[in-house]
Amino acid sequence: MKEIVVLSGKGGTGKTTIVASFAALAKNKVLCDCDVDAADLHLLLKPKMKETHEFRSGQTAIIDEKLCTSCGLCEEVCRFEAIKDYKPDPTACEGCGFCWRVCPENAITMEENLAGHWYISETKYGPLVHARLGIAQENSGKLVNVVRQNARSIGQKEGLEYIITDGPPGIGCPVISSLSGANLALLVTEPTLSGMHDLERVIGVCRHFGVPALVCINKYDLNEDNTCQIERYCLEQGIEVAAKLPFDNIVTESLINGIPVVEYCRGSIVQQLETLWSKISENKGGG
Amino acid sequence: MIISIASGKGGTGKTLVATSLALSLGKQVQILDCDVEEPNVHILLQPTIVQSKPVCILTPKVDKTKCDYCGECARVCAYNAIAVVKDIVLVFPELCHGCGACSYLCPEKVISEEGREIGVVETGYCGEIDFVQGRLNIGEAMAPPVIREVKQLINKTKTAIIDASPGTSCPVVEAVRDSDFCLLVTEPTPFGFHDLTLAVDMVKALGIPCGVVLNRAGSAYNRVEEYCSEKDIPLLMRIPLDMEIARLYSRGVTLVQGMPEWRDKFLELFHTIEQIVAEHRQVRT
Repeated sequence: MKEIVVLSGKGGTGKTTIVASFAALAKNKVLCDCDVDAADLHLLLKPKMKETHEFRSGQTAIIDEKLCTSCGLCEEVCRFEAIKDYKPDPTACEGCGFCWRVCPENAITMEENLAGHWYISETKYGPLVHARLGIAQENSGKLVNVVRQNARSIGQKEGLEYIITDGPPGIGCPVISSLSGANLALLVTEPTLSGMHDLERVIGVCRHFGVPALVCINKYDLNEDNTCQIERYCLEQGIEVAAKLPFDNIVTESLINGIPVVEYCRGSIVQQLETLWSKISENKGGG
Repeated sequence: MIISIASGKGGTGKTLVATSLALSLGKQVQILDCDVEEPNVHILLQPTIVQSKPVCILTPKVDKTKCDYCGECARVCAYNAIAVVKDIVLVFPELCHGCGACSYLCPEKVISEEGREIGVVETGYCGEIDFVQGRLNIGEAMAPPVIREVKQLINKTKTAIIDASPGTSCPVVEAVRDSDFCLLVTEPTPFGFHDLTLAVDMVKALGIPCGVVLNRAGSAYNRVEEYCSEKDIPLLMRIPLDMEIARLYSRGVTLVQGMPEWRDKFLELFHTIEQIVAEHRQVRT
């Protein structure tokens, strides 16, 4: 089984649009949405939820006002500025439990967080594992791990060939959790200075974790000088530019209609996406 | 006044709005790039950097000559960042949040702490605009400590504009927390709309008033407008879908520099935000 994760560094470069198209093009796969705090893949794949699970992770300090003598030790030891005026701020608390352990009055308890939910769904394209992190919750990296593990076990059980993962933007905790141990990363960028800067950083992360990468330049005709520069940079880095997708309003139109673009129309962008998928599926991981 | 710019969905134009707002104000303004995973403000503003300071989190260092391997440190660590196996203490620095519980609670007092660099905070200026940015090192997972360091440098005598990262989880909460106002930038697509609703829930949980900037406006999709009027969220600005704006951005040119007529619109946006913040303060007192 081959695990392909789609990342970008910069947000909004087209990860989900591309993953949804792969969902329609690839056979024998499980889909996986690892952008757990702003998951959008389900908007295109229209899943029927089969299983809903609670994601319990981390703890939050609770202070019993009746027992609290306002000594202030909790506030003093907390390094996350999560206790102000003897009241914990659940959005700042990192659940370390330091305050709970030192409170001389035993006025603090640690409560487990319901930090979100994760789902196993059926789509017309195959199984989808996805999640929703609770509002202002942490531990998105752990939720990503849960989603990936479940996608893997479905893939193994059903003898599937691919895990196709829609990753989060950035380079931090949920990206690392989505990437580490995957077989191939597809990095979607755009020919803007921001897109290029962010691509370099996400290439650095792929290298750090030893995951081979391919690049796709989306809206390449927005700035062809920048596109040339990205191609040059990738050549120097030994990374293949596997596709250059043109800007096309039909993509936005397909999104608004909630249909993966490869099923919405025929045209050059669709051919490019088909070629991209065949390159990825044939890639032996040498990137 | 602290104004943060967030979005839910990535690539909707946070940095475009943050930089144009700062440039329109021109002085008595500070811009803080809290998207420490992918900071982009510097690309558009080309600031002169005058200082760079490493961000370290404190991780435990066990004096093995004095440790009696009681295992208390491993028991108190909520992040499994320290393990004691027979007469070996293992520290996993990348899991450590730097809470300090292990060193404080070690019965033998043999744990000291040493800083581990996870990023940098850079300060500088662009004309009369103060510039601060955080940058997470490649391969590091924890953005919030870097964001906290950036926010330590907020100058309360000026207007502080914070550019946040996409999403709604801990790095965004850290960036947006304690703002007087949060501007949510979105686009008229089902993704933009869906992620806007998550971002609105987040700022409401933090008790911060918010307003919306609709970027790439002009399509037939009107769920964002409907939602804003249903929820009574002010729609403060529309930036049309315009290839010229996209091309300017691709070259690193800000909207107000490429199209100076936008300056007045951003000033108007700022004054509206000032009014909303003043009203919000009155309601609270």
